[in-house]
Amino acid sequence: MPDFVAPTLDLHALAPEFVLAGVVCVLLLLDVVLLDRAKAIVGSIAGLGLLGSLVPILTLATSDHPTRTMFGGSYVVDSTSLLLKALFIVSAYVVVLLSTNYIGEGDYWESEYYTLLVSSVLGMTVMASARDLISIFVALELLSIPAYMLAAWSKRDGRSNEAGMKYYLMGVFASAILLYGMSLLYGWSGSTQLSEIGRAIGEKNSPAVTLGVVFVLVGFAFKVSAVPFHMWAPDTYEGAPTPVTAFLAVASKAAGFVALIQVIGQALVLRMNVMIPVVAVLAALSMTIGNLIALRQTNVIRMLAYSGIAQAGFMLAPFVASQYGGIDAIVIYLVLYAATNLGAFAVVMAIARRTRSAEISSFGGLFSYSPGLAVALSVFLASFVGIPPLGIWYGKLSVMRALIESQGRWATVLAIFVALNTAIAAYYYLNVAKTMWFDDAPEGESTPIKVPTSLRFAVGIALVATIALGVYPGPLTDAATPEATPAAAPSGR
Amino acid sequence: MDKYNWALPVVTFLPLAGALVMMLLPKEEEQLHKAIALLTSLATLAVGVFVFLQFDYGNGHFQFLVDRSWIEVINSRFIMGIDGLSLPLFGLTLAVVPLVIIYSWNHIPDPGNPKAFLALMLILETGMIGSFVAEDLILFFVFFEIVLLPMYFMIGVWGGPERKYASIKFFVYTLFGSALMILSFLALYQHAHTFDMRQLRELSATIAHGTQLLIFGGMFVGFGIKVPMFPFHTWLPDAHTQAPTQGSVILAAVLLKLGTYGFVRIAINILPEAAKSWAPVIAVLAVIGIIYGALGCLAQTDMKRLIAFSSVAHMGFVMLGIATLTRHGINAAMFGMVAHGLITGMLFFVAGSVKDRFHTLEIKRLGGMLIQMPKMGWILGFASMASLGLPGLAGFWGEFPAILSAYSPAAGLSVGLFRTLMVIASLGTVLAAGYLLWLYQRTAFGTPPEEFADDPHVHDVVLTEWIAWAPFLLGIVVFGVAPGLMFNVTETALKALNLGW
Repeated sequence: MPDFVAPTLDLHALAPEFVLAGVVCVLLLLDVVLLDRAKAIVGSIAGLGLLGSLVPILTLATSDHPTRTMFGGSYVVDSTSLLLKALFIVSAYVVVLLSTNYIGEGDYWESEYYTLLVSSVLGMTVMASARDLISIFVALELLSIPAYMLAAWSKRDGRSNEAGMKYYLMGVFASAILLYGMSLLYGWSGSTQLSEIGRAIGEKNSPAVTLGVVFVLVGFAFKVSAVPFHMWAPDTYEGAPTPVTAFLAVASKAAGFVALIQVIGQALVLRMNVMIPVVAVLAALSMTIGNLIALRQTNVIRMLAYSGIAQAGFMLAPFVASQYGGIDAIVIYLVLYAATNLGAFAVVMAIARRTRSAEISSFGGLFSYSPGLAVALSVFLASFVGIPPLGIWYGKLSVMRALIESQGRWATVLAIFVALNTAIAAYYYLNVAKTMWFDDAPEGESTPIKVPTSLRFAVGIALVATIALGVYPGPLTDAATPEATPAAAPSGR
Repeated sequence: MDKYNWALPVVTFLPLAGALVMMLLPKEEEQLHKAIALLTSLATLAVGVFVFLQFDYGNGHFQFLVDRSWIEVINSRFIMGIDGLSLPLFGLTLAVVPLVIIYSWNHIPDPGNPKAFLALMLILETGMIGSFVAEDLILFFVFFEIVLLPMYFMIGVWGGPERKYASIKFFVYTLFGSALMILSFLALYQHAHTFDMRQLRELSATIAHGTQLLIFGGMFVGFGIKVPMFPFHTWLPDAHTQAPTQGSVILAAVLLKLGTYGFVRIAINILPEAAKSWAPVIAVLAVIGIIYGALGCLAQTDMKRLIAFSSVAHMGFVMLGIATLTRHGINAAMFGMVAHGLITGMLFFVAGSVKDRFHTLEIKRLGGMLIQMPKMGWILGFASMASLGLPGLAGFWGEFPAILSAYSPAAGLSVGLFRTLMVIASLGTVLAAGYLLWLYQRTAFGTPPEEFADDPHVHDVVLTEWIAWAPFLLGIVVFGVAPGLMFNVTETALKALNLGW
């Protein structure tokens, strides 16, 4: 037994997490001290707190030591993890903007809402740095448990309760499978650290390792709602309050991918023979089945849910090519997808304030009476399709590039799947655009929809990010590409 | 020459800037929007004229070259340049857009809203110009795709009764093609690690022949759908028929050329070896398109749909010229592209104006145009003659050299096959004369049908129509009388391209 060595804490590196934890405490205290009077300020404090936690991320990104390692390699802050943390925090900030009117005007508990939201974000930022099974699992639970409660936040709405319950049961089930897989990996390698596990399982093969790898992948497949583990997503998305849906669809899903990136990138690179077929099948199924079901949807939130499943397929595919820039492609895709998806949710919420409905048919003629919203949503839809120079096109391009580059059989097949599914997806995304532009407005709709300032701001942020990053993806690719590209990895062909 | 390297980005993005300005102004100011759109397109044309004046016609290489870094990770650069192959299509685009805007002055289709209509047209112009001057595959792809959305909305919002079906069909078809095309681009990148079109031929020469064939196949689908080649043509009659007049004109005059230009500039230029293996396939499909398009025309009862099918046939001649892989054939194809743009654009204009007056394009219900509105009737006759390839007009120089070039295709291609195709293609010209003259006979000759005889809506060509159409008519005559104007430009570029044939 080696002597106990006190771990060195790099406070600067941990500052974003500390700020977020501080915000959680402040929100809790405010609720306790001010009671109902807290309602007026909790939203703003949550928003400001989230922005505040971006400050240390910026100072870290510009500091001389961009890569900082703690706890014997279990916790790493590098440029990619900073980018992901910023992604989570900015997404959560936009969700706060979306929530301001929605939660304030509805019959909701407000202080707890923001407390739980920020707690979940804290879990996500930890996830971005976790390089060890235990911290990954703790981060996963920290981000999931508040989300289960948020999904059921409309207390008197049966569907919201159903959403929360389904999400909770499926989430716990997934956690159990994940834990079982983790325990197998730990049992085989004798370490919880991903890099150690990678080394150990790379040397020898055994059915136990295969089983562990498959279980871990399946556990995360639930989190990212990959087919066939997607059943919870549409019901949860439809039932949950819309800002929470946006949070689940963007931040929570991204966190699942981040966990997969760590596990696959650090530990499973040497078990490509097991990993590639599993991930390839998941990816191909997700994009195809998600797209086909999305074609039939009449409710825009359910359509976004199924399209999210399909997009998860696009994001899973490059894991097959993880040594050929696949991981960078996923990170890039995540950021662009977050911008576009949040924007789409923001516009849908703005429209639903008037129409009181999320049925696609209720969008008829939107272009004639609210052209600004119609154009904004069209931009986001076109970005989903992958039309350059709007956001996601570059994500798709990076995904395809990685797949083609790796030249593997699975990767090539997946690249063709991505191409075909892009065309299929165009149909249902454009179906919404068609309704807004080509159909007639319902009787009496002629005045433009009034959009609250916070929603306006949210749409604006998403629009700027979607267009700017699509036209000039340089800064994004710089942050997503690790400084020293590990070229020594063996081939996964 | 590169001292004017600002010119191409300015030409490309000026329309986009105009569209942005229009978006900021309220839509009630309809005349203001029309004025801004027209001024923007004229300013763009002015810069374009400057490019034409400064262009060194003796130099076949890229001029006005811009080369800036863009997406470093994948080594994709912002490269724009123009040579003799791009120049005619570049000029065509710059000329067509202002004319279409002039035509729109009192022809904004239902449901109105000139702000959105013209802003979309300007965005479309940016996409089209960008595609013709981009010399980086990813940059080309971006512009190629930018074109899709404005056209989708133009057809879908301002189109005919079946517009929803037609617009989505157009979009999904093209997107499917371009998704496969981008895979091909990435496969090239995987070997060459650049998207620079100027270097790719050399760098991709070492790719295994089988892989080259696959890469070419992806491009073939992508560009073939855009052209459109048989059997990928089915979106075209629907899109053309349902699109508003302005949309049809732009579609026919410029958008289809993105496909054929892509074949010449990208597919064949980068992968000449694979092109040789694919050429028989392309040639056979091209000739099927010629005959099928012509037979399709004979069966149509709607004037606009007939013109749309004639596009399938005409683009077949262009593709046949390209498939011979000879300088002769490609020169003819380049000429055919511009000629088809002018002639079919003109025909669609006439069809649109006829529809405006009679509210129908049903050939059965029309007739006696020469009595009721003689000027319109003569213009239709003129454009039909040009379209069937009458010598002395532009159409001739696109079709006949293309057919002739099939007599002696590039070395290595089956002479027997190409000569057979040549014979079949020339039968296509007979059919073309048939369907065009028959159309003309049914719509222009005879006496006006009773239902329209005293219709006050039926009047002859008006001023905006004259202004919009005169340059088309002039172009058809000038290029018909002096084809050397264009052949010299394309020939110089093809020589410099040195494809080794």
